[in-house]
Amino acid sequence: MGGLEKKKYERGSATNYITRNKARKKLQLSLADFRRLCILKGIYPHEPKHKKKVNKGSTAARTFYLLKDIKFLLHEPIVNKFREYKVFVRKLRKAYGKSEWNTVERLKDNKPSYKLDHIIKERYPTFIDALRDLDDALSMCFLFATFPRTGKCHVQTIQLCRRLTMEFLNYVIASRSLRKVFLSIKGIYYQAEVLGQPITWIAPYAFAHDHPTDVDYRVMATFTEFYTTLLGFVNFRLYQSLNLHYPPKIEGQAEAEQKPEEGQAYAMDSESYMEKLSALSASLARVVAPNPEDEVQVDEFPVDGESVEQEEARKKEQEAVEKQKKLFEGLRFFLNREVPREPIAFIIRFHCKRCFGGRVSWDKSVCIGATYDVRDPTITHQIVDRPSLEKQVIGRYYLQPQWVFDSVNAKMCLPVADYFPGVLLPPHLSPFVSEKDGDYIPPEKLKLLALQRGENPAEESGEEEEDDSDEDDDDDEGSEGEEHSEKEDEGKLKKLEEQRSQGKKLPVKVSVGTVRLEDKQRSAQEEQSEEKRLAIMMMKKREKYLYQKIMFGKKRKVREATRLAEKRKAHDAATKSEKKTKKVRRE
Amino acid sequence: MAAAILGRLTVTAKPPSEPAGRMRGPPHCLHPVPGRPRALRLRYLPRARFPLPKRRLEVNPGGLRLSMKERFECCKQVTFLQQGKRALAAYGVVMGPLSIPSTQVLEEQAQESDDLTDSEESVYSGLEDSGSDSSTEEEAEDQDSGDEGTLKGSLLSKKAQARMASQKKEQVQCRSLETESMPSAQQGLPLRGEYEDDSSDEEDVRNTVGNIPMEWYQDYPHVGYDLDGKRIYKPIRTKDELDKFLDKMENPDYWRTVQDKQTGVDVRLTDEQVELVQRLQKGQFGDVHLNPYEPAVDFFSSQVMIHPVTNRPADKRSFIPSLLEKEKVSKLVHAIKMGWIKPRKPKEDTPTYYDLWAQEDPNSILGRHKMHVPAPKLRLPGHEESYNPPPEYLLSEEEKLAWEQQEAAERKLNFLPQQYRCLRAVPAYARFIHERFERCLDLYLCPRQRKMRVNVDPEDLIPKLPKPRDLQPFPTTQALVYRGHTGLVRCLSISPSGQWLVSGSDDGTVRFWEVSSARCMKTLPVEGVVKSVAWNPNPAVCLVAVAVEQSVLLVNPCLGDKLLYGATDQVIEAYEPPEEERLQPVTWAVAASAEHTRGVRLIIRHGKPVKQVTWHPRGDYLASVLADDGHTQVLIHQASKRWSQSPFRRSKGQVQCVLFHPLRPFFFVATQRYVRLYNLLKQELAKKLLTNCKWVSSMAVHPAGDNLICGSYDTKLAWFDLDLSTKPYRVLRHHKKALRSVAFHKHYPLFASGSDDGSVIVCHGMVYNDLLQNPLIVPVKVLKGHAPARDLGVLDVLFHPTQPWLFSSGADATIRLFA
Repeated sequence: MGGLEKKKYERGSATNYITRNKARKKLQLSLADFRRLCILKGIYPHEPKHKKKVNKGSTAARTFYLLKDIKFLLHEPIVNKFREYKVFVRKLRKAYGKSEWNTVERLKDNKPSYKLDHIIKERYPTFIDALRDLDDALSMCFLFATFPRTGKCHVQTIQLCRRLTMEFLNYVIASRSLRKVFLSIKGIYYQAEVLGQPITWIAPYAFAHDHPTDVDYRVMATFTEFYTTLLGFVNFRLYQSLNLHYPPKIEGQAEAEQKPEEGQAYAMDSESYMEKLSALSASLARVVAPNPEDEVQVDEFPVDGESVEQEEARKKEQEAVEKQKKLFEGLRFFLNREVPREPIAFIIRFHCKRCFGGRVSWDKSVCIGATYDVRDPTITHQIVDRPSLEKQVIGRYYLQPQWVFDSVNAKMCLPVADYFPGVLLPPHLSPFVSEKDGDYIPPEKLKLLALQRGENPAEESGEEEEDDSDEDDDDDEGSEGEEHSEKEDEGKLKKLEEQRSQGKKLPVKVSVGTVRLEDKQRSAQEEQSEEKRLAIMMMKKREKYLYQKIMFGKKRKVREATRLAEKRKAHDAATKSEKKTKKVRRE
Repeated sequence: MAAAILGRLTVTAKPPSEPAGRMRGPPHCLHPVPGRPRALRLRYLPRARFPLPKRRLEVNPGGLRLSMKERFECCKQVTFLQQGKRALAAYGVVMGPLSIPSTQVLEEQAQESDDLTDSEESVYSGLEDSGSDSSTEEEAEDQDSGDEGTLKGSLLSKKAQARMASQKKEQVQCRSLETESMPSAQQGLPLRGEYEDDSSDEEDVRNTVGNIPMEWYQDYPHVGYDLDGKRIYKPIRTKDELDKFLDKMENPDYWRTVQDKQTGVDVRLTDEQVELVQRLQKGQFGDVHLNPYEPAVDFFSSQVMIHPVTNRPADKRSFIPSLLEKEKVSKLVHAIKMGWIKPRKPKEDTPTYYDLWAQEDPNSILGRHKMHVPAPKLRLPGHEESYNPPPEYLLSEEEKLAWEQQEAAERKLNFLPQQYRCLRAVPAYARFIHERFERCLDLYLCPRQRKMRVNVDPEDLIPKLPKPRDLQPFPTTQALVYRGHTGLVRCLSISPSGQWLVSGSDDGTVRFWEVSSARCMKTLPVEGVVKSVAWNPNPAVCLVAVAVEQSVLLVNPCLGDKLLYGATDQVIEAYEPPEEERLQPVTWAVAASAEHTRGVRLIIRHGKPVKQVTWHPRGDYLASVLADDGHTQVLIHQASKRWSQSPFRRSKGQVQCVLFHPLRPFFFVATQRYVRLYNLLKQELAKKLLTNCKWVSSMAVHPAGDNLICGSYDTKLAWFDLDLSTKPYRVLRHHKKALRSVAFHKHYPLFASGSDDGSVIVCHGMVYNDLLQNPLIVPVKVLKGHAPARDLGVLDVLFHPTQPWLFSSGADATIRLFA
């Protein structure tokens, strides 16, 4: 036979992939530099379809990169910057060793630095792409912003993160795009909808971090480097889209009103502003404070420069979330000192309309920007997180902070009775769960849904509970019915047969038969299920496997739902019995 | 005068730059004395403190070279002069025999200089020191000595002063010589003073040993040598303690008396000396009048003066470019040329953030982005992550334990749900940084793969088959149960008319049943297990073949039409043995009379146990399968001629079952894994079907003869379309356990399979006459009725020849009819 000899692994998928070590050698980078490069450029390993083929027959565990990705890295200007930096460090060390301070100075002046702009443009060719990938960036920046200013990472990075996150929050407030908030045990989840993209991030609770030792902070720092750049550009673009200044400019007048001695209109570049930035949400809150002149100035960004389409879209959106936006309209809040100020102030401010909306204030000693005192008689709601209060002012509600979050998620002001201080709070539900039919829905959620529909649960609460339990029962039956049907069938057949065989034992005797009423529905159902079973028998092997897998998953879901329902039932029963015993004791 | 001149000449013979006093002075003066460092310190006070005359050097003779230091000393001394005599006298004591000019001389000079107009402040200008000077000096000295001559201590200092004065004078004189500007009137005078000073030499008891530890002379009577080289003896110290005490008591100056270690004499310190010591102890300047904070004078100021500060001609090196600098510069130039040194980059003023997406170019979406697998977003939190979840989401104790025992990667939740009563009780989440870090690792380290998520409705996966209702008739319910056997019923067969059923069982009986009434019409006991029964398919013959042990019995059941079974008997009896005996693998025997009455007509004795027996559709030939390994596993018998033959010359494996083709002269032989189709006429292998099964248990052929089904012990049923392929057209895995038997219906498009799981599955198997259309196979009914016993369920299935009825025999010793 003619033709060239075909060698193995010289074509096909084996040539499309490259192992990490080979890639590293090709790029002539150390592992650390390679890692940095991969993080910045967003290169990640791929799992080949046929690992053995790609691995040239070996089954050793290796990570593979796409060869194209690595070739693409070869032309990256940042690689050279890495090398330059290495040389710079070497020179600097040498100069230090020789105590040549002039050289040190000169070298430091010429310290090589790189920019990530082109990488961001390359990774996210359109703005929407960048928005889609913003979740991790925000979470990371929010984490870094809470780091202590010493150790672990550069202070500049921390400050930058803090600034960028605050700017983003500022934008969220300005664009009124916050949708959901959730207090979890890990932190506070927020979800905003920016240009139609849901962006979810988590901010940790404001506590000192117990820095773990098994975490490589260099990796995180590299990611943060990229994320801060990304977030900066995104912020810029977002601010621009609202015709806002970037970096954010605090309204001069509002500023002057609050603190006349500070006449800084554009203070971002000054040191004092950075300090104020740490209380950004607070000071911004004041910017938005009800002020007729303020409105005009504010109007400049949301209304004037927008095109018709944007306006229309905005209108639609506004209609959709109008309720949510006007949630705290006309209310005046006061935050007690023990309440986490920043998130709650953020949320309340978000849900207040700029001109007439509710306002929020706090104790002067907590943070700057307190607008009114505790004794202000116009306060309608005071957020309190302590078991009891010694003296309460008549004319305002004392509520636990969960009320704010639950109200936001419910898109309506919830009845306040459940949230008084010292009261056992109702469960805080995740707004991110959307139950499909068949899933378990906690009764609290059902109640909430009823509330949203406009029913009054206070009167029907008892009934509803019963209903709930009934519904649960129904669900249970429905789910278990199918499982049991076969067994039942078998049992019935057996019984029938036994009867018949017993009948056969006395062949001579003919007993009078009873008329058996045929349940037509039942029989039809049985027939159908039989049909289905037979059809399943005829499935191809692969499809059958898939089908069984799907069905297994479904069954597991049902099982879990029933488990939760049972747990709830047991819990309710236990609490009821406890109540009863208490009552009995009282009597 | 001449002597004086001579003396002068001798002096001037010395190089002018060298201080004459040093040469003249005694050798010991080169030794440092304790007082000297202090003197030095004083000398090196900051220059600026001493106001210096600006013009003093203008009269300096050109030839005279003085180092800056010397000059400086001089100026300082001048200033000292003005600060008063006493302090300077004290200096003289401290300094001892120093080679610096005596203060007294300087004092004189100063006095002189007051008169002089052109050199009022300069030391060196006072070269006109004349005899009058020296005379006054002498006088002063005399006075001094007169004053202080009584004191021992002052003596020494006197001497030193004198010496210094003389030295100074020498210097001055020689300089005056050089300058040649001396007035003639003053010339002769200084000569006298020079030797006057020397006249006091005998009194000078200075030690010449130098600055050595005086302990070295401890054991000697002397303490050193004087200028003449004579021993200086220690004073006779006869002072004992008492003397000392008396001295202490009586001498009021005892406290200020110190012993000069060099000479061993006691010295009483003068008031000035005491004062000086006290001042020094306090850390003040030795000089009372010295003001350390004099206003500074900037000599080398930026103001250009008409006269130079120094009169020193510029060095040669100041006219020649520096080689060292040149080298340095050239190095820098080279480094710049080579690009080693780069100019400072101008700070970039471009803003850090700008509108990056100002021009969104759709073409900038690279091919890479198409290969891009975006990282999946993190799962959104559910109710269980809430700080105050509904109670059902909290884990119970067992669940918690199970959670803790699970591997971290296997856990469904990566946290333990917790409930806190209020928001203030919520602590920081300990693993927050961990989780972010893990996310980072996932993002850059985790291999990504596009996985097609199957988003199908499971109902869509179910094939659309015709409804069983439309495929009726088929057996649906159990109609009759035939009881009577005591052992498991292995085999069934039915008469061509469909009226009678025969069954063979492990209890050693063959039973004949009436189908419609389930009555056992006849029981034929045989010796041993009945492996197989087969009713002759020829409706004109009433004959049943029964395989028992090593023989096949041909039984006439004597059921039904008497004419019919009578005719069969007649046919059997009419047999005439051929003339010549042929060699046969089996022996044909006619049943004995006892057996004959029971119905057995003929017995075919094989040498081996018989597994199966089956009739040719015509009813004349029958085939039997032996449990053997050789080539004689299959035998074909001709009942009418009582003749047997072994069709195969070679064994192809263990034969499981055999079957005659219903229409054509073909013969199916199933071994463990293959089914071979032999053409009996041509005596050749026509086809070899690959069953894809591990172990074939049974087979059945479609009445049209083009399709074959094959049951196997590994739960499969393979449908072969003989025209299509040698591989199965369809493999059905309906049963959960091994298939024991399969059967086709003669008229209806039905087939059935019986399995060890106790079920019989009836399928609709439609074979179309159109060769292009593949057979349609639809399972229509699962029939259950047989109770599994000893891991065996249904052992044989059989269709009624005319009705859509199904018989099944099972391990529970029953036969069931499904209709």
